[in-house]
Amino acid sequence: MGEQIQRLFYHYGKWFIIGLPLLWLMLFFMFPLLEMAQVSFTEARRGIPPFKPLWGFGEDGFFTNFTLGNYQLIYDFYEDYLGPALNSLRIAFFSTLFCLFFAYPMAYWIARSPDDMRHILLILVLLPFWTSSLLRMYALIGLLNPNGFVNGMLLWLGVIDTPIPMMQTDLSVYLGMLLTYLPLMILPLYATLTRLDHSLHEAASDLGASSFTIFFTITIPLSLSGIIAGCLLVFIPAVGEFVIPALLGGPDQVMLGKVLWTEFFRNRDWPVAAAIALILMVIVTGPIIYMRYIDRGDDREGEQV
Amino acid sequence: MIRAVPRLFIILGLMGFALLYIPALVMMAFSFNAGKLASVWAGFSFKWYGALLQNDQLLAALSKSLLIAGIAASLSTLFGVFIAIAFVRFGKFKGRLLLSALASAPLVIPEVVMGLSLLLLFIAMENVLGWPAGRGLDTIIIAHATFGMCFAAVVIQARLRQFDRSLEEAAMDLGARQPYIFMTITLPIIAPAIISAWLLTFTLSFDDLVIASFVSGPGSSTLPIVIFSKVRLGVTPEINAIATLMIVTIAIGVIAGARLMRRNPR
Repeated sequence: MGEQIQRLFYHYGKWFIIGLPLLWLMLFFMFPLLEMAQVSFTEARRGIPPFKPLWGFGEDGFFTNFTLGNYQLIYDFYEDYLGPALNSLRIAFFSTLFCLFFAYPMAYWIARSPDDMRHILLILVLLPFWTSSLLRMYALIGLLNPNGFVNGMLLWLGVIDTPIPMMQTDLSVYLGMLLTYLPLMILPLYATLTRLDHSLHEAASDLGASSFTIFFTITIPLSLSGIIAGCLLVFIPAVGEFVIPALLGGPDQVMLGKVLWTEFFRNRDWPVAAAIALILMVIVTGPIIYMRYIDRGDDREGEQV
Repeated sequence: MIRAVPRLFIILGLMGFALLYIPALVMMAFSFNAGKLASVWAGFSFKWYGALLQNDQLLAALSKSLLIAGIAASLSTLFGVFIAIAFVRFGKFKGRLLLSALASAPLVIPEVVMGLSLLLLFIAMENVLGWPAGRGLDTIIIAHATFGMCFAAVVIQARLRQFDRSLEEAAMDLGARQPYIFMTITLPIIAPAIISAWLLTFTLSFDDLVIASFVSGPGSSTLPIVIFSKVRLGVTPEINAIATLMIVTIAIGVIAGARLMRRNPR
C-alpha cells in the first residue's frame, strides 16, 4: 500500500518536474512569439492596444485584418529598414571577427598558464561578463566623449589641438561590441583549448615542424569546435543588439534592434515593430539551429540512458 | 607540461584585458572627482556618493530592481533545478526535444524580440483573462524568470552531470528513500551550482534594460531604465558613483563565489 502511494508520487512527481517548466516556457516564450507573428500581419490603429485584432467574430461573423503592408513598408523604405538590417549583419560579422582576434590569444594564454595564474585570469574574464553591459557602455562613453578622458589626455599632452570625434562612429560601436562580447568568445575557446592533446604538438615538433606550422595545422583545426561555438555566441546576440548602437552609434550604425525600439516606443507602430522582430528572428534562426546541431548534449544524453 | 605561450599572444591578450578594464577603472576613478567634468581631475571627494543618498528617484529604482532580481532569481533557480533534473536524470521522455528547444532558445534570442513578444502576450492575456492588469513588477519578474531559468538550468546541469551516482545508489541499497536521498546527498553536492545559478540569474535580472523596458509599466522603472534615460543626456559623476558601487558589489560577489567553488572542488 505504502509502496504504491510512493510509486504514484514518483510518477506524478516526474511529470510535475518536467511539466512545470515546460508549461511556463510554452506560455511565456512560445506563445509570445506566435502572438508577435500574428501582430506583424495586422494593421495599426489609434487606440489601446495600437493594433487591430488579426481575426475574430463580429456582428457580421468572421472577420480578418490580415495584411502584408508592414512587410511591404519595410521593403519600400530602404534607408529606414533594409539599410539597418544590412548594418546589423555587417556590424555583427566584423564584431565577431574582432572578438575572435583578441579572444583566441587570450584563451590560449589562459589555457597554458599554471593553475594559480589561470584562476586569476579566468576571474578577470568572468568579472566583466557579470557586470552590466549598460554600465560598461556608459564607462566607454566617458572615455570616448569629445570632452572625455581620451581626448582630455591627448589635449593635455599636446598631441591634438581639437578633440577627435570618436563617439557615434564605427570605432565606438566596435569597441562597445568587443567590450560586451569578448568574454562570451573567450569561454568556449578556453574550454576546447584546455582539452587539447599535447602529444600531437610534441610529435609534430619532434618531427621538425615550426611552432607557426603547428599552430595553423594542429592547434587551430583542433579548436575549431570552440571557434564555431564562440562565433555563434557572439554573432547571434550581436545582430539584435540595441544598447550599443543606441548609446555609441550614430546614423551610420543604426541596427535593426534600434529601429524596432524606435518604431515601438517613439512611432508607436507596433505591427511594424513586430514585423521587424520577425525579420530579426529569421536572421538568427539559421545560426541558432546550427548551434543546437553542433551542441546536442541534451538530446544525446536521452539516447544513452 | 606547460608550453610557452608566444609573445605576440601575450601582447594581444594584455590588450584584450586592457580593453575590458580601462573604461571601468577610469570611470571608477572619476567617481571620486570633486569636479563635474569627466576629463579634468579637480581633487578627491566623496560628494557624488553623498548626492546619491539624496537622490530619491535612483534609490526607489534601486530597491525595485533588488526586489525584482531577488524574486526572479529564486524562481529561475527553482525551475532551473527542475529542467536540469529532467535532462540529466529522466532519460528519454515525451516532450524532451520540445523542452530542450524551449530551454535553450531564450539564451540566444535577441532581447528586443523577447521583450516585444512578451509585452504583446501580456496585452492579449489582459484582454482575455483580465490579468495582468497593466504592467508592473509582476510582469518584469515573469519576463526575467523566463530567461533566467534557462541560464540556471545550464549551470546546474553541468554540475549534475559530473555527479557520482554511486553515492545515491549506496544510500538506496542501505534503504534510504528517494526524497531523503535527494535532501541529504544530491542537494548538498549540487549546492554550489545552485548558489552560482542564483547569483547569475540575480545579476542578469538586475542588469536587464531592454526586456524590462518593454514589459514595465509607468511607475515600475528599474535601475537600468533610470540609468539609461540619464546616460542619454550625458555622463554625470553621480552615475559614475552608482555604477562604481554596482560594479564593486558584483566584483566582490564573483570573487567570493569563485573562492567558494574552488574550496569545494567537484
